[in-house]
Amino acid sequence: MSDAAITKLSAVELAADIAAGQVSSVEATRAYLDAISARDGEIQAFNEVFAEGALEQAAAVDERIAAGDNPGPLAGVPIALKDNICTTTGHTTCASRYLKDFRAPYQATVVEKLISAGAVILGKCNMDEFAMGSSTENSAARTTCNPWDLSRVPGGSSGGSAAAVAGRLCAAALGSDTGGSIRQPASLCGVVGFKPTYGRVSRYGLVAFGSSLDQIGPLATTVDDAALLTGVISGHDPHDATSLPEAVPDYPAKTDKPIDKLRIGLPKEFFDNADLTAAIDPAVRLAMDSAIETYKSLGAEFVEVSIPHSRIDVDADGGLSSFAVACYYIVCTAECSSNLARFDGVHYGHRSSAPVENIVELYSRSRAESLGDEVKRRIMLGNYSLSSGYYDAYYNKALKVRRLIADDFARAFAKCDVLLGPTAPTPAFKIGAKADNPLAMYAEDIFTISVNLAGLPGISIPAGLSEDTPALPVGVQLIGPVLSEATLLRTARMFEQATDPAGEKFIPPMVKGK
Amino acid sequence: MSKIIDAELVRHIGKLSRISLSDAEVAALGEQIGAMVEYFDKLQQLDTNAVEPMAHAVELTNVLAPDEPGQSLSPAEALANSPQHDENFFKVPKVLGADS
Repeated sequence: MSDAAITKLSAVELAADIAAGQVSSVEATRAYLDAISARDGEIQAFNEVFAEGALEQAAAVDERIAAGDNPGPLAGVPIALKDNICTTTGHTTCASRYLKDFRAPYQATVVEKLISAGAVILGKCNMDEFAMGSSTENSAARTTCNPWDLSRVPGGSSGGSAAAVAGRLCAAALGSDTGGSIRQPASLCGVVGFKPTYGRVSRYGLVAFGSSLDQIGPLATTVDDAALLTGVISGHDPHDATSLPEAVPDYPAKTDKPIDKLRIGLPKEFFDNADLTAAIDPAVRLAMDSAIETYKSLGAEFVEVSIPHSRIDVDADGGLSSFAVACYYIVCTAECSSNLARFDGVHYGHRSSAPVENIVELYSRSRAESLGDEVKRRIMLGNYSLSSGYYDAYYNKALKVRRLIADDFARAFAKCDVLLGPTAPTPAFKIGAKADNPLAMYAEDIFTISVNLAGLPGISIPAGLSEDTPALPVGVQLIGPVLSEATLLRTARMFEQATDPAGEKFIPPMVKGK
Repeated sequence: MSKIIDAELVRHIGKLSRISLSDAEVAALGEQIGAMVEYFDKLQQLDTNAVEPMAHAVELTNVLAPDEPGQSLSPAEALANSPQHDENFFKVPKVLGADS
């Protein structure tokens, strides 16, 4: 099989071909390493490629298959990881100067699970530093470009993972999602991005940002691939006390079964708002309209629901704001100020070489020299809202609003199976366009953020292409109740089957070779 | 207009955060934090008197683990990433009497 033929396959197809002996894992791994050599010079998705380790893993899988073994559902499939997921191979940098040389002493549970399922770990993908951002521009490592238009961002914070999948530099990837960090880059890069229910996937070995919000999930070219990866990485883990004990359904077995009498909720806060309709990009509106038409033609029933505390307000300049975004930035910065306190310049990471009088000065200088502006800003904000005199007005208030947001969703799901909405208000924007405006950047997550606050699963699926030259992909988002992964994946698969059965619509021109 | 977070308050938060700040950073952060805090004030529009705070999305309680010794890092592994160490100890400057 040619390199181009291999990298065109979905992860499910590649696993089947490897298991059937049509292609070896070493050939598949070489095909992706060649794709990285050919295209990642421009895309810059990877912070580190484990060429040697991946080929060794691949050879071991091939040997097991030759010996008649079944190495698992991802046998020989090359997978990339966001650089905040700990691996004992190579570095885990979180795209931070602070962790530039860090080698994790243990492996994340998701990595152990991928390897047990036969996957080949291809390398680590770029991200916003410590997952804080929506464009991957807050990286100390490199600037990742969108494979659809290299002058644009891939979204973030899992922008490297999304760009690697879109650029066909790996068969699939893992990212992490704290406020939209899997779904928004998936939308901007034309791939499927799935954030499972909070606690469905172990966070052990994921460098913590907002512990009550963080969740690992897949980025993939098809819904079936997302289902396969989700099944592999899900499950209870004694190393993560917040991981859920519920058994993991066989997601891939169910995706092709359409949902009978599907009821889709349209939040009126997203649809019945002329100012918002005017403020979001026309390509996003078109993608939403066509998604509604598609589901109607598939027999879905639409119901209007209300999630008032996720309401989006539009200011005179078209700027977007919401209670949910305010609530999220209080909660996530508070959690980050605590989580990132471990970066002290003593145990690991960057240590200042400036002469210091005492340990507090060592901490303060080491952090000042090695953390980026956005990370400093969030730590400071978190310490502000947690500090004495402000705690009730901000942090405690936000926790109460969080419950109001979660209760809204619970009420909405009494009337429907899933909610449909945009993933992001815009397609990919130009590199640098929002870099100096944190509030404009925070608005990128305005449709995704409440989902994390409520702990729900959400999936972004490619739904349209913009009129730009070159055209840019746009995703739509499906949201489900707690532990509704199987329903969400089936609903997403219905759409994919109706709109892009051959999986050809969302391949960037640079990959197609035009 | 954003809320005024004055230089003294910014420096105080910087100290709590253990981040040394230049004068230029103090000025910029004052403005940026002020804009965010003003955004946070949006929540004051909501009546939350009868609402219980929600700290976690999925509220598990009493998660217990068996009280058995497990694997942990060896001293060599634990020290492998440390910028400075001495035998089995992390090396730090003076701690006692340090300004906290």
